Amino acid sequence: MTDLASRPTDAVTPSRTRPPRWWLLLGRDRGAAVAAVVLALVFLVAVFGRLFIGDRAVRQDLGASLRPPSLDQGFYGLLGTDVLGRSVLARLVDAAGTTLSVAVPAVLCSLLIGSALGMWAGYHGGVRENVAMRVADVILSFPSLLIAVVVLYVFAPSALNIVLILAVARIPVYLRTARAESAELRSRLFVDAARTFGTPSRHIIVRHILPIALPTLLTVATLDFCFVMLTESSLSFLGIGIQPPDVSWGLMVAQGRQYLQTAWWIAVLPGVAIVLTTVSATVLAAWVRLATDPAQRWRLTLPRKRRGDRAAVPPEMIA
Amino acid sequence: MPETPLPDATAADPRGGAPATARPLLDVSGVTKSFGHGRRRLTALDGVDVTLRRGETLGLVGESGCGKSTLARVVLGLERPDSGTVRFDGTDPFALKGKELLAWRRRVQMVFQDPFASLNARMSAADLIGEPWRTHRDIVPTARDRERRVRELLSLVGLRESDAYRYPNEFSGGQRQRIGIARALALGPDLIVCDEPVSALDLSVQAQVLNVLSELRERLGVSYVFISHDLSVVRYISDRVTVMYLGKVIEHGRTEDVFDRPLHPYTAALMSAAPALDVSGASNGEEIRLRGEIPSPFDIPSGCRFRTRCWKSEERCAEHAPPAVTRDGTADTGQEPHQGLCHFPLGAGTTEAGVRPRVG
Amino acid sequence: MKPSQLSAPPATGRPALEVEGLCVDLHTPSGTVRAVDGVGFSVRRGHTLALLGESGCGKSMTALSVVGLLDPMAEVTDGSVRVSGTDVLTLGRAGRRKLAGPVLSIVFQDALAALNPVQPVGRQLAEPFRIHRGLSRRRAEEEAVELMRRVGIPEPRLRARSYPHQFSGGMRQRLLIAMAVALDPDVLIADEPTTALDVTVQAQIMRLLRDLQTERNMALVLITHDLAVVAQRADDVVVMYGGNVVETGPVAEVFARPRHPYTKGLLDSVPEHAVRGRPLPAVPGSPPELSAIPSGCVFQARCPMAREVCVRERPRQVSVGAGRTAACHFSEELDHA
Repeated sequence: MTDLASRPTDAVTPSRTRPPRWWLLLGRDRGAAVAAVVLALVFLVAVFGRLFIGDRAVRQDLGASLRPPSLDQGFYGLLGTDVLGRSVLARLVDAAGTTLSVAVPAVLCSLLIGSALGMWAGYHGGVRENVAMRVADVILSFPSLLIAVVVLYVFAPSALNIVLILAVARIPVYLRTARAESAELRSRLFVDAARTFGTPSRHIIVRHILPIALPTLLTVATLDFCFVMLTESSLSFLGIGIQPPDVSWGLMVAQGRQYLQTAWWIAVLPGVAIVLTTVSATVLAAWVRLATDPAQRWRLTLPRKRRGDRAAVPPEMIA
Repeated sequence: MPETPLPDATAADPRGGAPATARPLLDVSGVTKSFGHGRRRLTALDGVDVTLRRGETLGLVGESGCGKSTLARVVLGLERPDSGTVRFDGTDPFALKGKELLAWRRRVQMVFQDPFASLNARMSAADLIGEPWRTHRDIVPTARDRERRVRELLSLVGLRESDAYRYPNEFSGGQRQRIGIARALALGPDLIVCDEPVSALDLSVQAQVLNVLSELRERLGVSYVFISHDLSVVRYISDRVTVMYLGKVIEHGRTEDVFDRPLHPYTAALMSAAPALDVSGASNGEEIRLRGEIPSPFDIPSGCRFRTRCWKSEERCAEHAPPAVTRDGTADTGQEPHQGLCHFPLGAGTTEAGVRPRVG
Repeated sequence: MKPSQLSAPPATGRPALEVEGLCVDLHTPSGTVRAVDGVGFSVRRGHTLALLGESGCGKSMTALSVVGLLDPMAEVTDGSVRVSGTDVLTLGRAGRRKLAGPVLSIVFQDALAALNPVQPVGRQLAEPFRIHRGLSRRRAEEEAVELMRRVGIPEPRLRARSYPHQFSGGMRQRLLIAMAVALDPDVLIADEPTTALDVTVQAQIMRLLRDLQTERNMALVLITHDLAVVAQRADDVVVMYGGNVVETGPVAEVFARPRHPYTKGLLDSVPEHAVRGRPLPAVPGSPPELSAIPSGCVFQARCPMAREVCVRERPRQVSVGAGRTAACHFSEELDHA
């Protein structure tokens, strides 16, 4: 991986792309652009939001309990209040930080470790592949929630432990995907070509296998992002996840569930936040997949409406 | 392992009338390679001998399953033979390790058949051509040199300098093949193995690529192993020809000898089968009709492996492996002898040799 | 021997296949391009016509529009195709289906893709007999076995129960040919029938096609990029480039004295008669993309003879001798060259 970092002009990033600048391509695709903006907002809120809300996420005001969203209660009353009269908006902002600080590291850890192992195993095949796959099978054969419950009971239910347990539980997903891609790419001619130059296998993996497998892995990761957030909320619901007074989106959904009929906003709004974030991530991942493939990139330069047409033939390929 | 200093890559003899130097550039001897086990054992190469002198082009002819691509992979060091030896300039590449192996890699390169699959679609032409230098960093140490060399290589193979930052999908098949050739040249090799380099190309483009290859031979003194099923292409580009059938070399010799007076019935049948461009109709002479198709390489016939399709085959062909025969007058002239493996060689004036055909 | 060489082609009777002014447009995401532009030719029964050209020249598209198997993104916009006198372009689906088999048939390049992988070949071969002749399953399969024997498949009764993947490439191509000639069509179109095969097998397949053609007096349209196949097997040739016909005529004459610079360039670039060590006379550049066909002559960018008029005006096909046409402003000059 050091190799990758030392040379920013690597094929992994489309930054070398002379003609189509990536932000121009992004501008052409309205869906992807909106998704990018939403994700950027979520991240900004998660990182800086707490600076603005002060203690409003935990400040109780029993007199203002269960107020519905309205425009009359000032900025923090916009999205209503919960049963203790805390501002839902402030809690959402606070929870964004907690949620992402659990989900992002967990997904990144399992993505990095799982993909690296999977590509290595798939490229070399043989014993290495077998060992890696059996380990993945073992991890998968345990119900991940059960392990999480056991581990978190034994150790303290801290955010770090949640991240670790979620990361380990999700490694097999990436490992299997990366292994499949890499085993297929191993037999491609351009890999043979690289071998005739004497390229070491770790460089072949970084240069030829990673850039092609990466979009698939990213797509898996965005789906997994959703899964990890929900698992975290299940754990929180069981009382072994995020501990109050800390709050996460998942925990908010869990806590608001009992008020669903009387005060829908407590549970639904954090749910909407989860959906918006994951959908944006998925849309952006699909866009990245196209934008990093030079043979597919032309599709992004077309007006959006026609892209889905059956004519999936690049103009220069028509025979 | 004797220590072999690497000679200067440009020290090759000029093509043509060069006398046979003491040591051939490539010497493949008795190489056998099979895949799989038991009943699913496929013999891809069965005691193959091939030699190539510096600056020469060796044409490798045969139909699918004859083992020519496996031979190419062995020569490139991508596949280790089960038995037999490979010597490149006196060195056994399979005994090399580390730095020495890397140094040897520079000297043998490949141009692939499929100009679409052999280029990573996510890399620009400049990245593709410069890819070998990432492993061999001393060739062009600075980014500046690298860009200059890429431009040189692009113009050497007839592409524009402005093509450097375009991606494979923006090129036509012929242009991609030029990129593949430029990439093979990036390390300054002595030998380039060309595996059907023009068969995926349009005819009018095929000639351009063949011209690029011959011009590079003149200018850089590289040697080629040229694999093709197209006899007219092989005849045009090769100094010597080796014909393979089901994993065995069944005939080899100078191009003129093999094409004008083939020894082996299979060679004759191949030439007869390839339709000639001549419209007069009578050019092919007698049309040789072969029975059936190539037998499965999982189940190779006894004795002579061509006997199941040969019109001259008799009992002897099934019982005994065919002897090596040499065309009279081709063995003692200091030139390449014209040899084949057959009980009933075509044409008059052949002598049975006591040994398997060996060259060099 | 080619029939035309034995006796001068009698000009009696209508051609089995007549194509006139055929235009095919391709609707692509980036706009509509013309893939076939005013192509015309005709073949009589017992004759072989070759459509010769490189990839993307429109030869396959022409064949597919004749048999009505165009991709949905392609559309015939002009011209007529008459098979044994019937204009097939105006027919509906049902009408076409009636023609497919007994009148008009096609052999594809990729035999493995053209056969159903999960059905025994005997049953697939019996299909045409059941549909068009209403034979019982048993009778139809008898016919299929007979057909397999005719195309040279050893032990046909046994092999009829095998599946396509159990046959070699050459045998699969034989099966495909058997299926195409099952109902004695007047016109047989063969789209690169031997490209994927080994040389010795190619020769066998071409021989089979020729024998069947003589035996059943079919008109054969051979679509190929292989000059030698054209030289050996065809009577007449239509040379296509960038969707246009650039030259037509009897093969012997066209190849001996080409009247279009593209035909000449192709013939010259064959290494067959080239001398080793001397460069091949290659045609510079590469075939044009359909989206960038110039308004003047289609070949102008690569033509050694191109002049100002070639950029301005597309040359029309004009007669350049008995049964020959060429679309070049300067075909006269080539004649004297």
